[in-house]
Amino acid sequence: MSIKKDPEVPKKPKSAFSRRGFIRGVGIGGGALGTGILEQEAPAAETAGQFIGPGAVPVTLKINGKPYNMNLEPRVTLLDALRNHLDLTGAKRVCDRATCGACTVIVDGKVMYSCTVLAIDAQGKDIQTIEGIAGPTLHPVSAAFVNHDAQQCGYCTPGFVMAAKGFLDKHPSPTLEQCERGLSGNLCRCGTYVGMKKAVLEAATKMKGGRRG
Amino acid sequence: MANTPDYAWPPMDKRKVIGTSPKRLDGAQKSTGKAKYNSDVKPAGLVFAVYLTSPHAHAKVTSIDTSAAEKTPGVTAVHVVATPGTEIQWAYAEIAAVAATTEEVARDAVRKIKVEYEVLPHLVNEEDLSKAGARAKAAGEQVTGDVEKAFQEAEVTAEGSYGMPVIAHCCLEPHGQTIEWKGDSVNYWPSTQNISGIGSTLAPNIKVEAAKIHAHMDYIGGGFGSKFAADAWGPVCAFLSQKSGGKPVRLYLDRAHELAVGGNRPSAFGKIKVGAKKDGTITVWESQTWATGGMAGGGMPPIPYVFVNIPNKRMNHTAVAVNAGSQRAWRAPNNQQACFLTCSAIEDLAAKLKMDPVEVLYKNADYTARADVYRAQLRKAQEIAEWSKHWHARGDSGSGPVKRGLGVALHTWGGGGHNSKCRTVINPDGSVAVELASQDLGTGTRTVIVQVAAETLGLPMSAIKLNIGDSSLPPSGGSGGSTTVGGVSSSTRKSTVNALAKLFETVAPSLGAQPDQLEAVDGNVRVKGNPSKSLTWAAACKKLGATKISEEGENQQRNPMGLNAQGVGGVQIADVSVDTETGIVKMNRFVAVQDIGLVVNPELAKSQIYGAVIMGICSALMEERVMDQQTGRVLNPDMEFYKLAGIGDIGEIVVHLDITEAHDKRGIVGLGEPPAVSPLTAIGNAVANAIGVRVPRIPLSPDRVLAALDRRNA
Repeated sequence: MSIKKDPEVPKKPKSAFSRRGFIRGVGIGGGALGTGILEQEAPAAETAGQFIGPGAVPVTLKINGKPYNMNLEPRVTLLDALRNHLDLTGAKRVCDRATCGACTVIVDGKVMYSCTVLAIDAQGKDIQTIEGIAGPTLHPVSAAFVNHDAQQCGYCTPGFVMAAKGFLDKHPSPTLEQCERGLSGNLCRCGTYVGMKKAVLEAATKMKGGRRG
Repeated sequence: MANTPDYAWPPMDKRKVIGTSPKRLDGAQKSTGKAKYNSDVKPAGLVFAVYLTSPHAHAKVTSIDTSAAEKTPGVTAVHVVATPGTEIQWAYAEIAAVAATTEEVARDAVRKIKVEYEVLPHLVNEEDLSKAGARAKAAGEQVTGDVEKAFQEAEVTAEGSYGMPVIAHCCLEPHGQTIEWKGDSVNYWPSTQNISGIGSTLAPNIKVEAAKIHAHMDYIGGGFGSKFAADAWGPVCAFLSQKSGGKPVRLYLDRAHELAVGGNRPSAFGKIKVGAKKDGTITVWESQTWATGGMAGGGMPPIPYVFVNIPNKRMNHTAVAVNAGSQRAWRAPNNQQACFLTCSAIEDLAAKLKMDPVEVLYKNADYTARADVYRAQLRKAQEIAEWSKHWHARGDSGSGPVKRGLGVALHTWGGGGHNSKCRTVINPDGSVAVELASQDLGTGTRTVIVQVAAETLGLPMSAIKLNIGDSSLPPSGGSGGSTTVGGVSSSTRKSTVNALAKLFETVAPSLGAQPDQLEAVDGNVRVKGNPSKSLTWAAACKKLGATKISEEGENQQRNPMGLNAQGVGGVQIADVSVDTETGIVKMNRFVAVQDIGLVVNPELAKSQIYGAVIMGICSALMEERVMDQQTGRVLNPDMEFYKLAGIGDIGEIVVHLDITEAHDKRGIVGLGEPPAVSPLTAIGNAVANAIGVRVPRIPLSPDRVLAALDRRNA
């Protein structure tokens, strides 16, 4: 991370609303956020003594093993960096508030909501997106979603596939109940859960014997 | 050769592709993230637009100052929607929009717009009709028979109150579009259920000929009835593009805006009284109902639902106008409300009669338009749900804190086939293209079209290239009312039959036969009854020389020619457990029995029904748009508090497709809507059966379940 102290930056954020403050402060419901939280936030930032932005800064993200250089404002989320600044649109923006999981990616092996990670904070980490597991042959999770028709409109699907992959990487022999808990951070509107339950169990079996990447 | 070709579906036992269940054709595109939705497209030079919306539920805009926004570096265009004098009728109504080189800059600029409002009084809640005042408009009384006399003569009467709230479509891909307006042509990437027709809904608002608007969409992230027109945001996006010098502009609603104005299902509240004989024969119905779907109020659902021929009826309905986003068609519009009001009241009548509700529905089936279908389906659903083993009289559910119960509901829907044109091209190299401006909402439309084409042409599905999703293709209807599969299958059948007839004309002489003696089977063109006289498909097409075949086929909604039909029935049974200490309702099992005519792809059809049932579980147990009268705003315009079911919330779902020769002969009917009607009612009835008391208001959240138990115990 190459964060430099910038003397030009005011000590308190001027904006009444910053995504960073929002994310650290609450996590749900924009209406719940008052400036009070930001005021509490400011001293913590001062202690850290590091400021970047608010203008665009160079950011390098390692996505699916490849480095991507961008100029991003520090408030840009990893999701928006993927979708708006790059053209990696498998991750979807649905709730934008860490509820629905449509934006799920895997960061350093951990399943994350990319709408709730700042791109600058994802620097130096291994970011895996759905594009990274979409090789010439279908990943076992993607294949199982097709086999069991675990998708309709498909908008939630990349998030579910990544959540399932991340879950199965850590739980190679899950029960159905464990799968349900493992995928409880994602939502589907079309109602594809019946096929999805079968798909995740099938993928678990296939991944044990073969491809995991 | 002047004879009309035989378009009829091949008999059930002769079909090779129709009636089988190949995997959905776009499955791998979706499960690898490669499927590009229109909210993903990124044409060169794309700029990002953001809306400013109203914080007030009812107000007049008195002034608006966009100068600071316009001066913000990076802003390419500002468009004012609500000019001074505009009356705002709901919170989150659009005030202005800004386009900028990044979304972050657009958000900053939007915050710099200064708007002054004259705040006006609002009403946002309709549940308490006594507070609606002038916002309530009675729709007039409807009377059949002699209601007073029938109640006097009734041996049993049951009265109840029922209510279901407004819920949102909550499409995961929000409403919106990207538009590039350059010169006099418009490139349009909308999220729509209506790729053929949406351009003509944008055209008048931006004063461009519809023919100059090119709409394209490969995938849509959910519509459910809410995405047919250009809407308010189409023209705004177009103007922003024009003002940005023709740069493409992406404008999609954020989640709060989407949940507040992106469409909703109207509420329904009712006080219902039903009279019957001791044997369960219903003799009289009386209802006072009210509803809202926004400023226009909400219409009366068709009650008594399905049992339309109850001889004595009196219905009064009141529409309540509230300051909230407008209703849109919501997967079986009005039917969910009608089913809920009717089948809940009949369940309560059965409880009072101490009768099995299935027997009450069975006994009264002659009041419906399809008594035989319902009677057979009731028995089938009972059998699958093990009704005789698990059903008990209301409240008779043992001494432990967790009570199990079963509930039943039934439904109908129209379906049929919308207007659709299809073009089939057979090339001399043997390749085949099927082209029509339809859309696949995730229902499997792509797959069923190709199945129909493959069946007709005797080819594997992989030999057919399908083009949909572009307004330059032959027009097909919007995907609403469960009419897509009927429409596109019929037009595809006709166009492939027509194209094949042309091929037979060319090939017949070389096989020494008449064209009508030929058939296309297993990748060959051959003489019927004489398989030795045969050409491979490739060899047959080679005889076309340099001239390809291009033939259209058309389905007309009013003249389906036996290929598609309207009208289905379905019966569903919910099996739940209710924890009477916590009020939590758990789904054990759900049984859906459905007639849908000819089934092109049974597994995709089942997926539709699973989805419909799961949406119903959301609606029964979780979903509600909560309005705050104090502020006039939606309290839960996010997905944390606007709740949907997760993978662990649904229990086991068992689908039985009523595939019979008799249903099949009617042709294709369509399925998106009907199975979405009954679930919430069946679940409500199951909860009443479990805990011995009606929870009058859905969603059946723990607090409401506990409150109903408290009332019973009081």
